[in-house]
Amino acid sequence: MNLLLLLGIPLLTGLLVLLVSTKVQVRWVSFVGATAQLIASFLLFFAFRTEIADQNTAQFLFEVDYTLIESFNIHFHLGVDGISVAMILLTSFVVVAGILVSWNIEKMTKEFYFLLILLSLGAYGFFLSLDLFVLFFFLEMAVIPKYLLIGIWGSGKKDYSANKLALMLMGGSALILVGMLGLYFIGGHEFNIVHLSKLTISTDYQHLIFPFLFLGFGVFTALFPFHTWVPDGHSSAPTAGSMFLAGISMKLGGYGCLRVAIYLLPEGAKEYAHIIIVLSSIAILYGAFVTMMQKDLKYMNAYSSISHVGFSLLAMAMLTQTAITGALMQMISHGLMTALFFAVIGMIYDRTHTRMVDEMGGLMKTMPFITTVLFLVGFCSLGLPGLSGFVAEMTVFVGSWQVDDWFHRAATIAAIMSIVVTAVYILRAIGSTAMGPIKNPSFATLKDATWNEKLAAVILLIGIIGIGIAPSWLSNLLKPAAEIITNRIMGK
Amino acid sequence: MKTELIVTIIIFLLLFIKLGKDIKNEQLLPFIQFVLLVNFIASFFYNVDGSLFGDMFYTNSLIAFEKSILSLGVYLISLLSTDWLKKTSHLPEFFILMLSALLGMCLLLSSGNLLIFYLSLELATIPIAAMSNFDLIKKRSSEAAMKMILSSAFSSGILLFGISLIYGITGTIVFAELPKLADGSSLFIMAFVFLFSSFAFKLSIVPFHLWTADVYEGSPIAVTSFLSVVSKAAIAFVLLTVLSGVFQPLQDIWYVLIVVLSVASMLIGNLFALRQENIKRFLAFSSIAQVGFILVGVSGNSNIGISSVVYFMLIYMVSNLAAFGVASVISEQTGKENISDYKGLYKNNPLLGWVLALALFSLAGIPPTAGFFGKLYLLTTGGSKGSYLFISIAALNMIISLFYYLRVVRAVFIDKNNQPIEKLTIQLPVKLALFVCSVSIVLLGIMGWIFDYIESLH
Repeated sequence: MNLLLLLGIPLLTGLLVLLVSTKVQVRWVSFVGATAQLIASFLLFFAFRTEIADQNTAQFLFEVDYTLIESFNIHFHLGVDGISVAMILLTSFVVVAGILVSWNIEKMTKEFYFLLILLSLGAYGFFLSLDLFVLFFFLEMAVIPKYLLIGIWGSGKKDYSANKLALMLMGGSALILVGMLGLYFIGGHEFNIVHLSKLTISTDYQHLIFPFLFLGFGVFTALFPFHTWVPDGHSSAPTAGSMFLAGISMKLGGYGCLRVAIYLLPEGAKEYAHIIIVLSSIAILYGAFVTMMQKDLKYMNAYSSISHVGFSLLAMAMLTQTAITGALMQMISHGLMTALFFAVIGMIYDRTHTRMVDEMGGLMKTMPFITTVLFLVGFCSLGLPGLSGFVAEMTVFVGSWQVDDWFHRAATIAAIMSIVVTAVYILRAIGSTAMGPIKNPSFATLKDATWNEKLAAVILLIGIIGIGIAPSWLSNLLKPAAEIITNRIMGK
Repeated sequence: MKTELIVTIIIFLLLFIKLGKDIKNEQLLPFIQFVLLVNFIASFFYNVDGSLFGDMFYTNSLIAFEKSILSLGVYLISLLSTDWLKKTSHLPEFFILMLSALLGMCLLLSSGNLLIFYLSLELATIPIAAMSNFDLIKKRSSEAAMKMILSSAFSSGILLFGISLIYGITGTIVFAELPKLADGSSLFIMAFVFLFSSFAFKLSIVPFHLWTADVYEGSPIAVTSFLSVVSKAAIAFVLLTVLSGVFQPLQDIWYVLIVVLSVASMLIGNLFALRQENIKRFLAFSSIAQVGFILVGVSGNSNIGISSVVYFMLIYMVSNLAAFGVASVISEQTGKENISDYKGLYKNNPLLGWVLALALFSLAGIPPTAGFFGKLYLLTTGGSKGSYLFISIAALNMIISLFYYLRVVRAVFIDKNNQPIEKLTIQLPVKLALFVCSVSIVLLGIMGWIFDYIESLH
């Protein structure tokens, strides 16, 4: 399997979108491109499984390596392990769904789809690259599309949100840049992740560099207290924008924290793990309690995202194999779930023109499909068995509980407590939205989901239920890669 | 010597044309543009290393490449300002002045001793002051020219003082001999500071930047872009040669100097750019901040540092010229030069909107534009000295700069305006130049071999 294919398809789709003229063509070109990418991701997944079944023990498979700039030793170096394969699958699911739910965008359609595809290209490239420079290139490439998506097609205080998001994310990348250059010079002019991971870097130096990289990527993944762009950005963005932001973009940060910060600087990770645990515990509880106070469905999902992403950061900082696998599963599960949640909120908003929970009611009677999906995704969020949320959170808690001292136990217990709060706000929100009498007479005539919305929801639900019922295929994918990371932490 | 000769021939050609019967601007301009293109293409061929006139003039492949960059800049400016140039009543004179300045810059790059260095620096400066005055009916234009000539006369005085001190200490003015004789005495350091402040003045490094904004605002856009792109590139190239060649023994001293001035330029340029309304002033302050970034690369003091500065200057040139080109089209056809006038530009002029956005993203250093690569290479070479504080400040400044570049992008794409700028007609040469700039902005970075090529020229 040639990994360039996975970059080529979005690139080609983007160019085609620019070339075709009518809105209908733009939509179909993007949809076909995204579907082709989904198929390619599945091909990658099966090819990867075949290689593993054939006892291929290389850390990264299907490597591609071209020299980009010889003078700086920068290589266009791609390769995948289980984590990247899972992340690429997640991305292609969300992209297809995002394109489907934006079917009715009339304002500057071509630009909208082009930016979505550019954003997805950044994400694919990020998950594929094994060279820090190229990784950073793709990470930053995804920032400006987000700004424009929110600024042009957003709602509410979009100017403020778009600026805040762009500047905070750029701040994050500035930190990453400094950390990255630090690694470059200590490694003897080396950006290659594989080479850097073989290096023994002095403990002092790791302590110096680690905060730059972890905080930098942490900004992307809403690490407390750098989470403030999340609620504003998510709630101002158009539906597909929110789906991409929460489903893909926040995962870039989580992946970076693990692959770059923790993997390359294990001593730094050990030194700062307790601080990360404290911060993510605060994020989990704070996110959950703030969500309880929200009336706006989008703000609600944005704050609950902070809480859910907190789980994966918490689990990462536990530094055990099960916990890290759990962190990754939580990232995948949250990506699918939150994308679907935003999609459903978008569908409801398109019809009712409100996102306020207390203005809605009885939607079950008029739009059974949409509300059923809302129920399912809500249950996933609060961790109902059979859906992906349960599997991921269980793995996180089991993995965290394995670290047996009072500090880690206390953090784990605090995180578990938040489940109760989650149940309260989810049930209350979907209850008062879907059940009861129809509050507003104009809601009685609303139409249920159209074909594209149904398809988008079904695609994401396949992912959620697929993980929920048969989690082993995902955990088998992630475990070996997580083991390599924990081995490095243990110093093996 | 070849580029200098060709430029001189073109100057004389234009003089003869001026003496002959009147030719309409519509006919003359395409001819001039063609000749400049020939000059640019010719600059790549038959380049010989060597020196002339007793080491007064020397050249090598890197210098030849730098001259090609300058020629490209002049050619692009001649295309981009088509609207304005067609209206001007003294077309041949304008190009005679601009090419004289170019001749001065080429000689400057090749200068092998302090005397020819001073001479060519003056040749590169004085015509620009005359060019600033080219909007004859505008008061601001004369004001700009006056400010320019007075302050550059002052800086020349300081430069001459520095040169005379150096001659007094070492007894030589030949670049090749100076490093051996540089003794690091306080007097020599003082002479160096005088010399350096003249550079700083020409490059508008903070705190020698005060003339910049007014001159940029008052001059015609063609001159502003020449001043901020071609002139700056030439001086930056010479600064590299002088610092890493002549003043190599003093490198511990000038490293500190460069770091302090770089931080000051980035911070002050950025903070002032935040509040500008006029697009020319805005670009003036942003270019001060960009010079701060260039100094980051200069501070690396290595061959790869020189390459990254040359590479960045090339990228900076196409990005800045694209931005100035759009500003020039809008200013010539509507007379609007304020950022608030750009609101809703995208609605009627999507092409101009995209080009401007691309240029600004490149200046801000956002991938996949070339500016990202340029800035990252500068930071990488600057970071080789291990000063993380310095690199962190530079990285933080990238965020501030993003904020004000986004302000323009927001005006173009997002802000609503009841009377947006109507559909503008873009002339063919302008279209061509904007196309060249945009394609370079996208491709220069991704095609990494260009950097390796510059690196191989040493």
